Amino acid sequence: MGKLTRRTFLISSAVLGGGALFGFIATPNRLGIRAGATQENTWLATWVSIASDNTVTIWVPHAEMGQGIQTALPMMLAEELEADWSLVRMQQAPAEAIYAVGDVIRGFIAGGLEVPGVFRRHVDYSFYKLASMMNMQITGGSASVRFTGQNGMRRAGAAAKAMLIQAAADKWQVAIQECEAKLSHVYHYASGRSAGYGELAGEASRLRLPPHPLLKSRQDYKICGKSIPRFDTPAKVVGKQDYGIDIRLPGMKYAAIRHSPVFGGSAVSFDDTGVKGKKGFEAVILLPDSVVLIADNYWRAKTAIDELLIEFSDGEHGDFNSEKLFAELEQLLTTAEPELDFEQGEADRELALLTVDGVISADYRVPFLAHATMEPMNCTAYYHEGQLEIWTGTQDLLGARALAAEIAELDMEQVVAHPVQLGGGFGRRFPSTGNYIESAVRVAMQVPYPVQLIWSREEDIQHDYYRPAVQSRFKATLNAKGQPQVWHNIYSDIGVNDDTAAAFHPYTVPHQRIGRVKHETPVPVSYWRSVEHSFQGFFVESFIDELAYNAGIDPFLYRLGLLDQAPRFAAVLELAAKNIGWGRMLEEGRGLGIAIKESFGTIVAQAVEVSVPKQDSVKIHRVVAVVDPGEVINPEIARAQIEGGIIYGLSAALFGKITLEQGRVLQSNFPDYRMVNLAYAPQIEVTFIESGEDIGGMGEVSVPPVAPAVCNAIFAANGRRIRQLPVIDQNLTIVA
Amino acid sequence: MFKLSINGEQTTVDVEPDMPLLWVLRDELGLTGTKYGCGIAACGACTVQVNGVATRSCVLPVAAVDGAEIMTIEGLGKNGLHPVQQAWIEYQVPQCGYCQSGMLMSVVSLLDNNPEPGNEELNRAVSNICRCGTFQRVRAAIDSLKQV
Repeated sequence: MGKLTRRTFLISSAVLGGGALFGFIATPNRLGIRAGATQENTWLATWVSIASDNTVTIWVPHAEMGQGIQTALPMMLAEELEADWSLVRMQQAPAEAIYAVGDVIRGFIAGGLEVPGVFRRHVDYSFYKLASMMNMQITGGSASVRFTGQNGMRRAGAAAKAMLIQAAADKWQVAIQECEAKLSHVYHYASGRSAGYGELAGEASRLRLPPHPLLKSRQDYKICGKSIPRFDTPAKVVGKQDYGIDIRLPGMKYAAIRHSPVFGGSAVSFDDTGVKGKKGFEAVILLPDSVVLIADNYWRAKTAIDELLIEFSDGEHGDFNSEKLFAELEQLLTTAEPELDFEQGEADRELALLTVDGVISADYRVPFLAHATMEPMNCTAYYHEGQLEIWTGTQDLLGARALAAEIAELDMEQVVAHPVQLGGGFGRRFPSTGNYIESAVRVAMQVPYPVQLIWSREEDIQHDYYRPAVQSRFKATLNAKGQPQVWHNIYSDIGVNDDTAAAFHPYTVPHQRIGRVKHETPVPVSYWRSVEHSFQGFFVESFIDELAYNAGIDPFLYRLGLLDQAPRFAAVLELAAKNIGWGRMLEEGRGLGIAIKESFGTIVAQAVEVSVPKQDSVKIHRVVAVVDPGEVINPEIARAQIEGGIIYGLSAALFGKITLEQGRVLQSNFPDYRMVNLAYAPQIEVTFIESGEDIGGMGEVSVPPVAPAVCNAIFAANGRRIRQLPVIDQNLTIVA
Repeated sequence: MFKLSINGEQTTVDVEPDMPLLWVLRDELGLTGTKYGCGIAACGACTVQVNGVATRSCVLPVAAVDGAEIMTIEGLGKNGLHPVQQAWIEYQVPQCGYCQSGMLMSVVSLLDNNPEPGNEELNRAVSNICRCGTFQRVRAAIDSLKQV
């Protein structure tokens, strides 16, 4: 990426309509990246325009998929800018390299933090260098507020404010210290003068960017920390919010797809004689792994493809099945030499000193999971006059554009990717998992009209990139006080375990050995809300619970006693216990469970109350969550994320399972890939602790503690330890 | 040819009798507020009102609603927001929002017919799936309407 200036942006874009546009340039130095960091690529972090009527428009480079980011990020900029919130507008940034979110990963590196997996492939650690930043506009890794917000939005707002004040001071020939910015105006109280930002913006934009704009203190916040309503709610309650699937273009046709049922299989041939004459039929197109049927309406395409005779080849993996995989993982955990994530003390030697009787051991297991976003995968594509346009919900619009260009064998400049809202993301909609974009582009390159390719729910569930199936093995020993002396944990890794610290726990244990054994499968796997934390939370927090019961100590007090080195965790855990009323007398058949997990820089504890009306049934009554993200930008948006993550994690814990037999996914739609709905949704209570530590993520962090807290509560209620998910597979019925 | 009354407006469509109402609305009439989620009446994203009753339109043949009064999310609040929509804004219910058209149509039908539904009736009537997990707010918003 070459040096971009405001001028090149203005030339290449027509977004500016009066007023002034500020493009903020940040250099690696300013983030304090250690010596050796590349100096050559200066990057543009944030754009904001101020119109003559004082309207402030903030370009947000991240996708809205329900997490509220397109409200929270503008709040951070507007706060520093001292903008009048009623005049702030949000605009999703287009898929242009100038909106690439390189600052997001730079933020991780500068902070010495682990870069989330979704960004990993863009970073070459040996030189702290960013690769292919041109094509990255990722929304993921619970990173938007943490890095685009903190490094981009805040600093851009502060810089723009300083420039506006400077412009006013110059105009009035007064000292900047005598001027104050407030509600989109600059005031000079001594002379009684004031000017709106719109009036000052033109002059301000010609000033030098202040190299170190001063950020506000939290006690001075007027916008951040408040539950400002989301920008997108009004349209979403009247059916006016368009998603990718709602794009309508003149002459557009609709397409249905049928994939080879076996991963790695191919589509060989089709016979369309039976469907050719059907009303609205347009064409059938053979793709490498699938067949697409185009008609003038989606239902016609879908019903016709259901009748189409297709020959698939299974390829090499027609005999793959989940049971076989778990047998292989079992074998590997026993025999393979693990790659270590962490070692402390001498866990192996300590274990060898004991007989088998002295060792507490347990294996846990989770299945593959699909994302099942409410809006099924879809992509609209139109190739005309040498240009390809796509409309699709994606967590990386720029990456989607690059993917489309690669598939179509076009230059990036020949591809336009239009931003649209996502009907759910959860990690499903990255370019690296962009099979729905690929097939739409391949089809569009062969037909003269725009095509909207929609996956049926069955295709969506059976051709996902899944949360991996994982098995994890623990061994521990306890000292005379019941505290763990050895923590030995090896888990299977069939992919997507980028965060090598995900299996870590905050407890004091002298001898620890944590590692993974690698294995390959033909099942496509990828990021799923909270990624590896989704299963490591279940494993680690179930096993510590087992140790507590083995030691004969209350599981909350047991954990607390091991958190002497982790006061932030202890505070979160204690409040969760207090909020659920830990230790109170419970009715017969009720149980409380607790779990704590840090992910994406945020610590979350959950305490759950369940009842077991009968030995073989469970009702989830209440989930109490305590969350320490350091700082909360918009409490209601944050609370909604925590509530939503709990339901997402609960659906998986209770019901979620993707099973393969003969290379095929058995589940196909919501009746056999069940979800928590209103009847099963427990009461949720969320409390935030704003510790003032570095700001953490919000979108994923409440998923990991749900499964262990629920299973620990079930154990407390009926003595049944659940080591394999989902709960319904353990001869337990979930009651509403 | 089928005669449909949609959001108070009369229209005719010339489609196969077994085409589900969902696709007539979305692909023939351009009313995209009603969503496709599962195609088998399992998730509720496609819920509309047929003669005042919440109905899942993805398995409802157009022939079955010939002459019926149909209301979609576009019709709800056409003349000012319905109290349920107002409560949805007040409680900031939607996240991604994709399921909310159907969720709202289910709730409106329930409350129009019974302003004080019991818990079981509520759970039965509003069985919609929301992957963002907005149920805490759905319940709070409904409770606020019951107290009126």
